[in-house]
Amino acid sequence: MELTIDRDRCVGAGMCALTAPGVFDQDPDDGRVLLLDAEPQPGQVAAAHEAAGLCPAGAITVIGDPPGPRP
Amino acid sequence: MHHEPQATSSETAARETAPPTEPVTLPTTRPTGCPFDPPAELAQLRERQPLSRMTYPDGHIGWLATGHSVVRAVLADPRFSSRQELMHHPLADIGELPPATVGDMTGIDAPEHTRYRRLLMGKFTVRRMRELTERVEQITAEHLDAMERQGGPVDLVEAYAQPIPALMICELLGVPYADREIFQRHTTTLLTQSTDQEAQYAALTALQEYLHALVLAKRAEPTDDLLGDLTTSDLTDEELTGIGGLLLAAGLDTTANMLAHGTFALLSNPDQLAALRSDPDLADQAVEELMRYLTVADPAVRSALEDIELDGRLIKAGETVTLSMQAANRDPQKFPDPDTLDLRRKATGHLGFGHGIHQCLGQQLARVEMRVALPALLTRFPTLRLAVPAEEVPLRTGMNIYGVHRLPVTWDKE
Repeated sequence: MELTIDRDRCVGAGMCALTAPGVFDQDPDDGRVLLLDAEPQPGQVAAAHEAAGLCPAGAITVIGDPPGPRP
Repeated sequence: MHHEPQATSSETAARETAPPTEPVTLPTTRPTGCPFDPPAELAQLRERQPLSRMTYPDGHIGWLATGHSVVRAVLADPRFSSRQELMHHPLADIGELPPATVGDMTGIDAPEHTRYRRLLMGKFTVRRMRELTERVEQITAEHLDAMERQGGPVDLVEAYAQPIPALMICELLGVPYADREIFQRHTTTLLTQSTDQEAQYAALTALQEYLHALVLAKRAEPTDDLLGDLTTSDLTDEELTGIGGLLLAAGLDTTANMLAHGTFALLSNPDQLAALRSDPDLADQAVEELMRYLTVADPAVRSALEDIELDGRLIKAGETVTLSMQAANRDPQKFPDPDTLDLRRKATGHLGFGHGIHQCLGQQLARVEMRVALPALLTRFPTLRLAVPAEEVPLRTGMNIYGVHRLPVTWDKE
């Protein structure tokens, strides 16, 4: 799994930092998304997927690895 | 990234062959004796077609969205505008709506909205709001102490649900809490759907005058709070006054209603109440589920800027779409057994805070307030119960934010 973010779209709602705190954070000054880990460990993949789906502004894109249980 | 279940082919076929239905009006009457449930017609509409034609009180024929997937799609789509002057009001014929007042970022689109949102969003981050947990705990404990001293029955709205978020938003913005009666009164007038235009205008003017004076004072002598910080930005006095009014109104009325109505819902579902009381780890999930189940801020409205095809229907440029978040949050395709309050379910993905670029700016503050204040109340008063029959609790029917006007509660003295 690989993640990309679009900080121009971010509206600072915080859903990513709330849902996958090991993968995303918010810039303390402007509140916008910070990507802590562009290639999350297996244990974080489900949360990262969920965070991407919950982002109200569509600012997070997942490349590869469909959500769901992995083999 | 969308995870919504798609309509099955048989359902799509059924929808296509169903006879065309006349435009509906927005259902607003909740079933008698079910203070937590949306109007039953919303579920019927959602089953028939998640996007229905709707007649607006001014005669406009627009749309009503009731399915989770459709409501979410509209909220996320910038081709649907939030500009107030493009809207047809879903509940009343009040003529052409004026543009949003200066600083009201809920009624504008990007890029004007972006400028305001960016100035504010760093002040409502998950981390910043969690840092307020201790302060919320302190305020909560003080109000529980006061309730305990007074003894039951007390009105939970006045004694607990209103003052906790009010104190928090006042401290955050830098509004003297002693002045709260002034703006609480005006805010209530503004948020009552039945209030006549003249009274609304008077309340708005009074609130703006109060905040304008406050902004001028902070410009002269900057204070260490949100409004004080913003005086160093490029915002005009008028913009700062408008933003202050919006944040104050949003902070006062929303969480307050969630706390009171949430308590009412828990008291009406003893098994869920017991679950939360016995398992403090359930608090985060409980907050999300109560947001889903109660959806006190509803509906949202958008207008199409161009012709848009959605769910097999063509929404024409200029048509208004009313988005029923309460119907969406009870959509069985998204939430199985949606009419059951189940604190153990995974309720994330609910639209209680909205979706899209206007999603609630203060949602992380609201989460902290709820996750502290609800369990603390239940822990302090193990025998908490309604002091009147449930059907006598006055409901906020016809208010922008739903909930209860009063919640008389009592408990056994130790």
